[in-house]
Amino acid sequence: METIWFCLVAVMIAIYVVLDGFDLGAGIIHLGVARTDAERRAVLAAIGPVWDGNEVWLLAAGGTLFFAYPLLYASAFSGFYLPLMIVLWLLVLRGISIEFRSHIESPIWHPFWDAVFFLSSALLAIFFGAALGNVVRGVPLNSSGYFFEPLWTDFTLGPSPGILDWYTILVGVASYLALTQHGALWIAHKTIGAVRDRARHIARGAWVGVVLFTVIITWATFRIQPRVPESFAQRPWGYIFPALALAGLVGVRWFLRRQDYDRTAFFASCAYLLGMLTSVVFGVYPDVLPASTDPSYSLTIFNAKASDYGLRIGLVWWLIGMLLAAGYFTFLYRHVAGKVGTENES
Amino acid sequence: MEEALGLHRLHFAFTVTFHYLFPQLTMGLALLIFIMKTIAVRTGDEHYNRSVRFWARIFGITFAMGVVTGIPMEFQFGTNWAEFSRITGGVIGQTLAMEGIFSFFLESSFLGLLLFGEKRLGQRGHWFASFMVFLGSWMSGYLIVATDAWMQHPVAYSIAPDGVIGLASFWGLILNPWALWQYAHNMCGAVITGSFVMAAIGSFYLLSGRDQSYGKTFVRLGVTVGLIATILQLFPTGDTQGRLIAEHQPTTLAAMEGLFQSSPSAPIAVLGQPDIQNNRLDNPLMIPHALSFLTYRHWIGQVRGLDTFPASDWPDRIALVYYSYHIMVGLGTIFIAIMILSFIQLRRGKLFESRPFLWVLMLSCPFPYIANTAGWITAEAGRQPWLVYGLLRTSAGESPSVSAGNTLFTLIGFMGLYMVLGILFLFLVYREVEEGPGPEPAPQS
Repeated sequence: METIWFCLVAVMIAIYVVLDGFDLGAGIIHLGVARTDAERRAVLAAIGPVWDGNEVWLLAAGGTLFFAYPLLYASAFSGFYLPLMIVLWLLVLRGISIEFRSHIESPIWHPFWDAVFFLSSALLAIFFGAALGNVVRGVPLNSSGYFFEPLWTDFTLGPSPGILDWYTILVGVASYLALTQHGALWIAHKTIGAVRDRARHIARGAWVGVVLFTVIITWATFRIQPRVPESFAQRPWGYIFPALALAGLVGVRWFLRRQDYDRTAFFASCAYLLGMLTSVVFGVYPDVLPASTDPSYSLTIFNAKASDYGLRIGLVWWLIGMLLAAGYFTFLYRHVAGKVGTENES
Repeated sequence: MEEALGLHRLHFAFTVTFHYLFPQLTMGLALLIFIMKTIAVRTGDEHYNRSVRFWARIFGITFAMGVVTGIPMEFQFGTNWAEFSRITGGVIGQTLAMEGIFSFFLESSFLGLLLFGEKRLGQRGHWFASFMVFLGSWMSGYLIVATDAWMQHPVAYSIAPDGVIGLASFWGLILNPWALWQYAHNMCGAVITGSFVMAAIGSFYLLSGRDQSYGKTFVRLGVTVGLIATILQLFPTGDTQGRLIAEHQPTTLAAMEGLFQSSPSAPIAVLGQPDIQNNRLDNPLMIPHALSFLTYRHWIGQVRGLDTFPASDWPDRIALVYYSYHIMVGLGTIFIAIMILSFIQLRRGKLFESRPFLWVLMLSCPFPYIANTAGWITAEAGRQPWLVYGLLRTSAGESPSVSAGNTLFTLIGFMGLYMVLGILFLFLVYREVEEGPGPEPAPQS
């Protein structure tokens, strides 16, 4: 039961990253790919109808984490207090920059929200990456399962690490590049003309960085978290996850070379993100939050879970809810399928 | 940790109070928009479709505010109230996660269609979208109220040897009787906000001599729905809620009423200021026996005052609970009077010409917000010193690892950010109201 919920939460987080990843990426690149106001509106139209639904996955994943692993939710959210609050502020700013931009026609209003949209998207991509880095590296849990990390200390992996150290910053940059590539491919898929050409150009550039940083963080992860190589050695079938990431990475480049394969290239990028994330969770399993202090303090799926009754009953409504949600999403994405023009057509 | 605890409380109180300014309007408007869309589909009258589009624009802005201020709420259980989350997450995590999975997906999918999909969906499809948005927002409301109701009146739980509280019965949690009544009371409050805002904007148009036909529609719908909601708010929902509190939270009731001494013929204080130092009510204006009657339906009946309970079990902000409760009830009574009189004028066909009535309707716009907020303060401050009534004290629920300094830092951050949001919201809604619903459609041939 606890393994099932571990997989379900991991799947929800993965869906969140793949979906909100492209609109975060769109925010990162939109100043570059869209030069005129009409082009900016095209970029926003490519994510406008779906970003809110994408972000709901974060809320749903958070809620699911809360009831399935209360101790993990309590420990991680209070320990990552400062970065989480900053993430919340950025999500607020980003949400209103998308929603409120179109309300007023003014040469001051639009550039302001465009800049807010870029900054919040970029910082969110870096913070999410750094958060993932923290989970892999481990946090200084005490015997009652709590910890607190300041934003940074001395940028080393010493006994009192901060949210940002050299390792987590590397992961943050990798995440920034990967989402840049992801967003550029989505925009290329959704648009036409100059915007599409620029998006493809950015995707090609980001791809080089993604390859480089994938190699670096893989090397660094195997060095700093011995749990990860152990997991792969014990359960070699797990190599399918990094293989998926690798295939995705090759696929992005392969389909970008051709014209008219933007959608396939975007799916390859999805595969890359999924492969990287699943490799990470596979690597730390059954830990959900490794301790950097004493391995016996680590939070695992066994010591952090809720009661079996709650988890069983949750499975029933979770499946019903997900089927319904899948229905809405299919309906919505079918409704907004196809390219957006440079003019708003609502 | 005394300072940290106070800041954690203020942090949650501030963010949730600001957040709830928006959902109370969207939940109320969702119903009103659905009613207007139904009329539009049944009569084929373009006038109602334009009304729907106008209110959907205001709904959209408000909804966006509700979403962006709502996201921090779900995270704050973990960030600021980690011990509470650890101990009770197996129970309240259920309803909170269900809100995400059942309501948010639904709302976020159909809101876009309500706002932008009318052409592609057709009239019936658009009507369906308005229904789904209504359903989603009201379901969301239920799951949040059910979460709070469990904190007010915990049911269907079991306590493990290590002190962790787990879920014992799913349906027990969902069908908590407290949740059903609190939800009914809360949703009437949301409909009151929605209908007062609608009537106020209608009155604004009528008084300004513009958009007359829309002004009349908005006032008529606002007053009609508002009349029903204000009455239901008092009876049976408010009355039953009060008796549940009397039965299960006697300390809360005593604080709400300012009842320091037990009495077999307990009065209701209409006015008066609680004097916490001397445990008495200053300048009281009392209705004798009234509290006993409301509690027991009998003029004689022992109502327990604060003196029955150890001071450590009293709400720590008695004056706040007392004033919030009195503001809520006082405003609720005035709302009923306004709506009854307006409705009579409406039936007599005189409301649209009666400028004093329109002025009252327009100026009463902010007060439902105050009443709803005061009601929630009564519930939440009245529950103190408990986080989960009778099970977990508030002081035992905070995050052990988050210091007062960090909490103050993020509280200040939220205050600044929300001030900007509030100004933006008022500015954007003002522009929509100024722009108006548009010209009257040409008569159909």
